[in-house]
Amino acid sequence: MVDEDKKDKTDHGHVHDHDDMDSTAHALEHIHDHDRQFQPDIEDEPVKRYELMVYAIRELLLEKGYVTQDEIRKARETLDSWQPSRGAQIVARAWVDPGFKQRLLADGNEAMSDFGVDAGGAKLTVLENTDEVQNVVVCTLCSCYPRAVLGLPPDWYRSKAYRARVVVEPREVLKEFGTDIPDEVTVRVHDSLADLRYLVIPKRPKGTDDWSEEELAAIVTRDSMVGVVNPQVS
Amino acid sequence: MSQLFHLGDRVRVIASHPPGHRRTPYYCRGKIGQIERVCGEHRNPEELAYGFDGMPLRRLYRVRFKQSEIWDQYKGQEHDTVDIDIYEHWLRPA
Repeated sequence: MVDEDKKDKTDHGHVHDHDDMDSTAHALEHIHDHDRQFQPDIEDEPVKRYELMVYAIRELLLEKGYVTQDEIRKARETLDSWQPSRGAQIVARAWVDPGFKQRLLADGNEAMSDFGVDAGGAKLTVLENTDEVQNVVVCTLCSCYPRAVLGLPPDWYRSKAYRARVVVEPREVLKEFGTDIPDEVTVRVHDSLADLRYLVIPKRPKGTDDWSEEELAAIVTRDSMVGVVNPQVS
Repeated sequence: MSQLFHLGDRVRVIASHPPGHRRTPYYCRGKIGQIERVCGEHRNPEELAYGFDGMPLRRLYRVRFKQSEIWDQYKGQEHDTVDIDIYEHWLRPA
């Protein structure tokens, strides 16, 4: 039951004496917790079914001594250390060294071992963009992605919209990324579904003939190695 | 394991819709394409998904389809393609 006496005093449930305060003090007085927007904590989301299973399996593996906490932490640290800059170094090398590019196109895993890349069981398959062909990579079933050279996939790559649309209307999707593909260029979509992982070698921009490998690597972006944009020289 | 298909062979993806974990997307089932590349033998992911050992190994191909073969209403260019990784047991000669 509402206490009529309290209700009469104030809308916040407590009493202010406004007359004695200057405007700053007045403003401060009105900052209450319930007025603020807090950024939600990661744990605020309800736990999903598969997360629960992951927690359960992890606890079992720890309890039985199959893995240690430190091994799990190290594995996550390694995964997070994989960044698109690795792919960019590989592309820059391919741009300056035709022999390396040939090896890369023939056997991605073998050539990338020059950079210490170990893709595990995945077969790294390299596709070259040319004046005639624009390659674009997707995984329509889930989010297969060459993590060993590009790190974790961006949210748009995992989105249903990208996965569904890029196979049906690739030219429109590329336009939305700001990439216009001329009619005479073939758009070649690659649906990465099984044991292959794809890395695109974008076209080397004009005016970069005298650039060093390092300078070249700096313009090779993540999205250009998925094939949705082409590297730009500003 | 003998290799059923070679570079350039025309193949049709079987138009089958079995339940379970399948790595062949619906949109290419029943469609005709060409072998673009032979990609070695791998454990069968459709078996691995259920905790089996994925043996015997299955040969994997990259099959190139014309977009206009896949989508009746394709709005892009006639020369546009989609390349899909497909295991041998999903393919028949066309």
